[in-house]
Amino acid sequence: MNDIGLFHFLFISCALFFIGVFGFLTRRNLITMLMSVELILNSVNINLVAFNKFLFPDKLDGLFFTLFIITIAAAEAAVAIAIIINLYRNYKSIDVEQTDTMKY
Amino acid sequence: MDARTIIFYILAATIVGGGLMSVTSRKIFRSAVYLLFTLIGIAGLYFYLDYEFIAAVQVVVYVGGIVVLIIFSIFLTQGSGEDMQRPALGQAVFSALAAIFGCMLTMYVISQQVFTASGKPAVEPSAANIGGQMLSTTEHGYMLPFEVVSMLLLAAMIGCIVIAIKIKVPPHKILPDSNKGNEDDVPVISAGHLETQEAVAE
Repeated sequence: MNDIGLFHFLFISCALFFIGVFGFLTRRNLITMLMSVELILNSVNINLVAFNKFLFPDKLDGLFFTLFIITIAAAEAAVAIAIIINLYRNYKSIDVEQTDTMKY
Repeated sequence: MDARTIIFYILAATIVGGGLMSVTSRKIFRSAVYLLFTLIGIAGLYFYLDYEFIAAVQVVVYVGGIVVLIIFSIFLTQGSGEDMQRPALGQAVFSALAAIFGCMLTMYVISQQVFTASGKPAVEPSAANIGGQMLSTTEHGYMLPFEVVSMLLLAAMIGCIVIAIKIKVPPHKILPDSNKGNEDDVPVISAGHLETQEAVAE
């Protein structure tokens, strides 16, 4: 147990994932929900990098998946924030309970 | 306990503690700053695993890009000093139970799992190796996903502009009931939604 191995990283990743899930379920503000999604994506990245390091050091595929996930997370955050700002402009609120009309 | 172990546990405490504070803090700006600590801790974890390139990308994209974007949108949309609404008690309790039991179940399954390493000699994860394999068109190259993700970034950029743009329409095209009282209102269409801006009188 003293030696830091794969399981330590998987446990951190698991804890971070469920922290993100908890935040996603309890928050009502769209920006904080977006932050929870970022936590979940980061936990997946830790997973991929740890598997690559400890199980398949002869390959680089985990790193590529991590890079692609980071790219897609950046695109997703940009689009989400554009939607949030547009929603705020129309409704003066980014609370998910008040902005339940998306048909306009 | 050597220094490497201690550094690992410091990083782990930063990540998990920052994440917990980020989802429970009631001031949204503090929540964003705790998220920053978590992301920096994850970059430290990549440095710990000797993956410098991924750590640099993590710092540049997440810490330098996404968190700054989130902080800007906090400033644009709401007062950052006031407390957020507390979640309903039942919702918070059941969400916490779901998260805790899910976490325990997943950790149990992971701890029962036996992983076998490939045992082959390691490839050095330098930027040259990563770039060479990512842009190669041979069997294990990642050229196609690279191009697809660049198309995705372009689409996201155009989509952001289209969603967030404000279009001013000439006054005769406004719906009759949208500016009944005041003729000085400047009508604004943003992404198909028609509204009048009250403060601006130009």
